[in-house]
Amino acid sequence: MQVDESAAVGTGLNTGGSSKAVLAYEAGLEQRKMMVRVSQVLFAIVFLSFWQWASGRIIDPFFVSSPLAVGGRLYEWTLNGQLWSHLSVTMLATAFGFFIGAGIGFALGLLFGKFAFLAEVMDPFITALYSIPKLALAPLFIIWFGIGIESKIAVSASIVFFVVFLNTFAGVRDVSQIYIHSTQIMGASNWAVLRTVVIPSATAWVITGLKVSVPYALVGTVIGEFMSSNRGIGYIIAQATGLFDTNSVFAGIVILMVVGAIINGLLKKTEGWLLRWKE
Amino acid sequence: MQGAITIEGVDKRYISRGRETVALDSVSLNIQPGELVSFVGPSGCGKSTLMNMIAGIVPMTNGRIIHNGKKVSGINRDVGYMTQADSVLPWRTVEKNVALPLEYRGVRTQERKQRVDEMLKLVELEGFNKSFPRELSGGMRKRVALAQMLAYSPNTLLLDEPFGALDAQLKMVMQQQLLNIWREQKKTIVLVTHDLSEAIAVSNRVVVLSGRPGRIKHIENIDIPHPRDVFKVRFLPEFERAYDSLWEQLSSEITKGESL
Ligand SMILES: Nc1ncnc2c1ncn2[C@@H]1O[C@H](COP(=O)(O)OP(=O)(O)O)[C@@H](O)[C@H]1O
Ligand SMILES: [Mg+2]
Repeated sequence: MQVDESAAVGTGLNTGGSSKAVLAYEAGLEQRKMMVRVSQVLFAIVFLSFWQWASGRIIDPFFVSSPLAVGGRLYEWTLNGQLWSHLSVTMLATAFGFFIGAGIGFALGLLFGKFAFLAEVMDPFITALYSIPKLALAPLFIIWFGIGIESKIAVSASIVFFVVFLNTFAGVRDVSQIYIHSTQIMGASNWAVLRTVVIPSATAWVITGLKVSVPYALVGTVIGEFMSSNRGIGYIIAQATGLFDTNSVFAGIVILMVVGAIINGLLKKTEGWLLRWKE
Repeated sequence: MQGAITIEGVDKRYISRGRETVALDSVSLNIQPGELVSFVGPSGCGKSTLMNMIAGIVPMTNGRIIHNGKKVSGINRDVGYMTQADSVLPWRTVEKNVALPLEYRGVRTQERKQRVDEMLKLVELEGFNKSFPRELSGGMRKRVALAQMLAYSPNTLLLDEPFGALDAQLKMVMQQQLLNIWREQKKTIVLVTHDLSEAIAVSNRVVVLSGRPGRIKHIENIDIPHPRDVFKVRFLPEFERAYDSLWEQLSSEITKGESL
């Protein structure tokens, strides 16, 4: 066969050699990244300084506290162990609520996505349930599950459930038929199609659902704790509010903010890895 | 018979948005085991539809198709099908795509890897094991699909315009590979193409479909002996004769299509 040689179209030359141009390009990116970081730190410093300065000069610290007072309170809580004992309760409830809600939502989303008839029948009921502001269920959950951690788990699970369920459902409906057919022809069982086609294809949707629902899970737990509880960050904030202790209120908010940001950061990393096959 | 395909009076009508399209009209054909048959015809004449029906993806309106001695009803797992549209899974690397049918068959990891490397060599994609499909050109993705189909060695192959996206040289290399595989492994191959030279170079028979609704208009037997060299056959008088005859049949269909 005489055409073999002429047809050697790029075999494996795409593996990472780093030429000068590549290095220069990467250095440029790196530098830009640094600039962004530095600017972010500067912004934070300016903001906090202004807050510190304004508190007591422009606005009464009774309303807005101040960074140093908040920091002091956080430090105090860290030392006396309060921070961890309350935070762990809130985190635990959030995590449970998140995993229970996401698990059930994902499973039902797959089921409904697979059985179009079932989905069509259930559609109005699901819409109706979805339209309930889930926080309005919190008092009910407290009656059902008591003032312990269970009622908080229930609130956040109910919020997370819907977001993940609807996203999974949409993701499954969005799977291209051609992938399903061609894998079936190759010998895939129903289960194999689910595992190798439907779930990976729906991942982008599901991840979006998860990302949206993590803060909700936190909100659900905290709201539950506001209403009735004896531990948790929400409990601290509610207590402090009762005592007009703005320092503690702000400290509680800062904790929630940091926790939310960390969880979101982790999810973003996971997303990047799971969806590395996309643009 | 293993590999035989019998198409008997097959009609296909699509109904979409309140309109009926007749895609195929009483198509009948016997494909022998171990035969390589090509379909050519103007676009929209139902070539892909026919392939989909042999693969069992699309139900037929009338008639029946018998493959491997069984009537096709529902997904046909006895064929390998390289669809016209991209079917490579974008979330799997090249090697994991090629390994897919082996994974479904429970082939062990070690053996799987070996087979995948063999197949990637065959389609000239060595070194792209870990690439994701989006990092490849359209032609490369087609070759991944080809490697995937050959990896599990079904006895009947359906190829819908497999080499359309390749450049001229690589196309011939792939045609030659296909011919070699066909000869060595005695497969039945049904090929849809818009390239008459390709059809003549590789086939035993070339079937011309008319413009919509698709009917069998003409069947050309290609009497060039095997083994063939896809590059050299182009200079044979038999090739030229077949080309003239097919072109005459096809060109009238294409102009007809345009005047509609
Ligand atoms: N799913 C479908 N629904 C409605 N019409 C279709 C569908 N698939 C194909 N058709 C129509 O059937 C005809 C044949 O299509 P196709 O088999 O793809 O042709 P070819 O592969 O020969 O270009 C075309 O007119 C096309 O519009
Ligand atoms: Mg087609």
